[in-house]
Amino acid sequence: MLSLLVNDESRSIDVPADMPLLWVLRDVIGLTGTKFGCGIAQCGACTVHVDGQPMRSCVLPVGSVGTRAITTIEAIGKTDSGQKIQQAWLDIDVVQCGYCQSGQIMSATALLKHTANPSDADIDAAMSGNICRCGTYPRIRAAIKQAATGKHEVPQTTLTSAPANAS
Amino acid sequence: MKAVIAETAGAQALTNPARRRVLKTGGLAIAFVFVGGVGKAAAALNARRQPGDAAAALADGNPPFAPNAFIRIDADGSVRLVMPSVEMGQAIYTGSSMMLAEELGVGIDQIKVAHAPPSEELYSMPLLGGQITGGSTSTRGTWQVLREAGAVARTMLVSAAATKWKVEPSSCTVERGVVYHLASGRQLGFAALAVAAGKLPMPDKVQLKDPKDFKLIGQPLRRVDSADKVVGATQFGLDVRVPGMKVATVKACPTLNGKLRSVDDKTALAIPGVIAVLRIADAVAVVGEHFWAAKKGLDALKIEWDLGGNAELTTQKLRDALAKSSLDGPSLIAKEVGTRPGGKLVEATYQLPMLAHATMEPLNTTVHVTADKCEIWVGTQVPTRAVAAAAQLTGLAPEKIELHNQYLGGGFGRRLETDSVEQAVMFAKQVPYPLKVVWSREEDIRHDRVRPMYHDRISAVLGDDGLPQWLGDRTSGGTVLGRWAPGGMRKNGIDADAVECLEETPYAIPNTRIEWVRHDMPEGLVVGWWRGVGPTHNLFVLESFIDELAVVAKQNPLDYRRAMLKNNPRSLAVLNLAAEKIGWGQKPLPPRVGRGIALGEPFGSRVCAIIEVEVTPQGEVKLLRAVLALDCGIAINTSSIEAQMQGGLVFGLSAALFNKITIKDGAIEQSNFHDYRTLRIHETPPIELYRVESTEPPGGLGEVGTAIAAPALANAIFAATGVRLHELPVDRALLVEDAKALKKVVSAEPAQTRSAS
Repeated sequence: MLSLLVNDESRSIDVPADMPLLWVLRDVIGLTGTKFGCGIAQCGACTVHVDGQPMRSCVLPVGSVGTRAITTIEAIGKTDSGQKIQQAWLDIDVVQCGYCQSGQIMSATALLKHTANPSDADIDAAMSGNICRCGTYPRIRAAIKQAATGKHEVPQTTLTSAPANAS
Repeated sequence: MKAVIAETAGAQALTNPARRRVLKTGGLAIAFVFVGGVGKAAAALNARRQPGDAAAALADGNPPFAPNAFIRIDADGSVRLVMPSVEMGQAIYTGSSMMLAEELGVGIDQIKVAHAPPSEELYSMPLLGGQITGGSTSTRGTWQVLREAGAVARTMLVSAAATKWKVEPSSCTVERGVVYHLASGRQLGFAALAVAAGKLPMPDKVQLKDPKDFKLIGQPLRRVDSADKVVGATQFGLDVRVPGMKVATVKACPTLNGKLRSVDDKTALAIPGVIAVLRIADAVAVVGEHFWAAKKGLDALKIEWDLGGNAELTTQKLRDALAKSSLDGPSLIAKEVGTRPGGKLVEATYQLPMLAHATMEPLNTTVHVTADKCEIWVGTQVPTRAVAAAAQLTGLAPEKIELHNQYLGGGFGRRLETDSVEQAVMFAKQVPYPLKVVWSREEDIRHDRVRPMYHDRISAVLGDDGLPQWLGDRTSGGTVLGRWAPGGMRKNGIDADAVECLEETPYAIPNTRIEWVRHDMPEGLVVGWWRGVGPTHNLFVLESFIDELAVVAKQNPLDYRRAMLKNNPRSLAVLNLAAEKIGWGQKPLPPRVGRGIALGEPFGSRVCAIIEVEVTPQGEVKLLRAVLALDCGIAINTSSIEAQMQGGLVFGLSAALFNKITIKDGAIEQSNFHDYRTLRIHETPPIELYRVESTEPPGGLGEVGTAIAAPALANAIFAATGVRLHELPVDRALLVEDAKALKKVVSAEPAQTRSAS
């Protein structure tokens, strides 16, 4: 029996110690917000926080977590940074298919928590481990900036419906 | 069947008859019209109640007002909208809701959306003749019918109120779920009217709003599915959990078309949590209490495969065979106008690789087969095809197959296939419990149904002004359509998808000959739809070649295109807009920085991309900036238009920069995101979108950005380095500064020029 602290709740689970945390969360505890994308820490869809640090749960043996606090997408909104990031994600309307977005939000929240006003380079460094096949990166960047500054980020695009200018 | 095509063509015909353009829905769309079922009229979405609606509404809790297949108004006035297309990221749930809500008279914040059940009768897309989401057709095909469906409901609710008040219906208005009679100050919400409205006959004619009165359509509205997606609450197929369910993971024979010979499962079955080992003809599955047990079990199996006829197959062999077909295979003429005149002949060869889909959510299906029923939970673009396949495999009647569609973690055409569903049913048949069958990422890539490889020999004869007097392309490759919907091939055997955007170009070129050589892949190497299939291939070839012609004609690529667009104001407008916004020709660019233009008319839209790149001396390509100009006809949701164009471009750039599926020993070599790369955030440039206002009917969007990406990139690389890429993905070795020796080796030879006789 292992004891885990997930989203402030203590859980006793009977699983092998080498089982990645991802599958404990999804298939044993039933928290399916954390996603399976690659299984080899290449895509970031499985990102969770362990004591506030973003980690790829698909390669994290549950036996190595110990007493550290696990936070998943289902509870990240209870933190100040998480709430800001989720709100910015809504305001900018980042998501498309949405499958990778749990991981994106967990990575972005960790960034914001440690770097109050991230530069483009900070965003690149923190977010380059998260793949999005829908290509939501321009809006992810805008949303992180908006969450940090509170200032309305105009999405890069000016959708001005410029009139046809056929010469 | 015929009626569907005629109606479609009428609705989509362009206004300029001089150009004699035909319906541009794409191979996928044309295919499906023939899939609906031979000998019976193809069903299509209907704004009014159909015979099958009673059962559908009953299954939806029998709301008092359900005037058609899309709108359910409950006794408490709440509005549920049933979505005819599936949501895989393209924001169609939002766009469809906007079209319905606009005419119904509710806010987008006042509705809830629901997945449609499988029903050809109620949810067949007009452009596809089946309940299918694909081909960038969802908005184009439902633009009329969903607004009409909203108007039918509104008309009946107003009728109910007007009858009660004994006033003229025309004196009533509707806003945010309330009917008003302003003259008398009376009002009634939908809750008070639903029962009465539900008893009224269907109105014959309904009045659609004048576009100038649109409140929702044309606005940048937030997606209806965002709120759940940002908190991890959205249920994708992989998130389905059914009581008593077990989890399986699978290994199919890595050698394509190989079979399972034997499995030693002794070690696997001893692993705690492993429940069973299941076999089908070409694959084995291990069932566990959870995915991890199943995976450990799978890894512990000792499997012997019967490799079959593909054991020696390599990419090179496939390439050689395709090149041979291109040279001497029998061709079919897709389009021939005039004859090839004499003059300066320019020729080039282009080659494109096979591609995987790599949806973020790996393929998965949950199935529960019992004696008299088969229940399926899956995110699919083809729910009725999945039902038909399951019925065949279980021997149950189609009405005994209960399919629950889910949100899709990406589709890109992969979920137009039912292979993974069929496999899951075959495994689930063997066990009494519900079985969730999950493909690992490795399985997902190695058993993808790949975008075909292509080989094109394209040529043009230039007149004295340098402009093409003749354009010829001999394109060859596997046919997706020919496998997926053989009935959708043209009478002369042409695959319309294979020549899409080649037959009809934006340009005025007086003579043309477009040929297609069908080249089937070996059995087991199954080719499939992909984001923008035909246009993504053909626009790369055509727009790269147009750039080559401009070089031969010693003109710049912008003016060269302009000169061929004098009779095409819509495409000229997007070209000019993109050029203006990027500041084309305003100031000289630094060394090894270049801009590339690509123009096209894929999926009924008009698009121009200009991409700016820097190529490092080591041959790395840095994307600096992308400008897109778009005319997609009437805009539904301007926010999701931007998102689709940006995302589509990223998808196309990922493929052009990184992606190819290769075969060794008859197996796909790539397996995961480390060797099947995707653009990451730090590699993605700012992507600006500018839109030309239009009152034309909506064009497609989901695949437009993808289709225009590769040629703009390749043309930018040429501008930066002088190296013309005739193959994808980008080969960095060709781009190394002073790597002239390297350049001579393979495919970077410039187009060949000689005299045409």
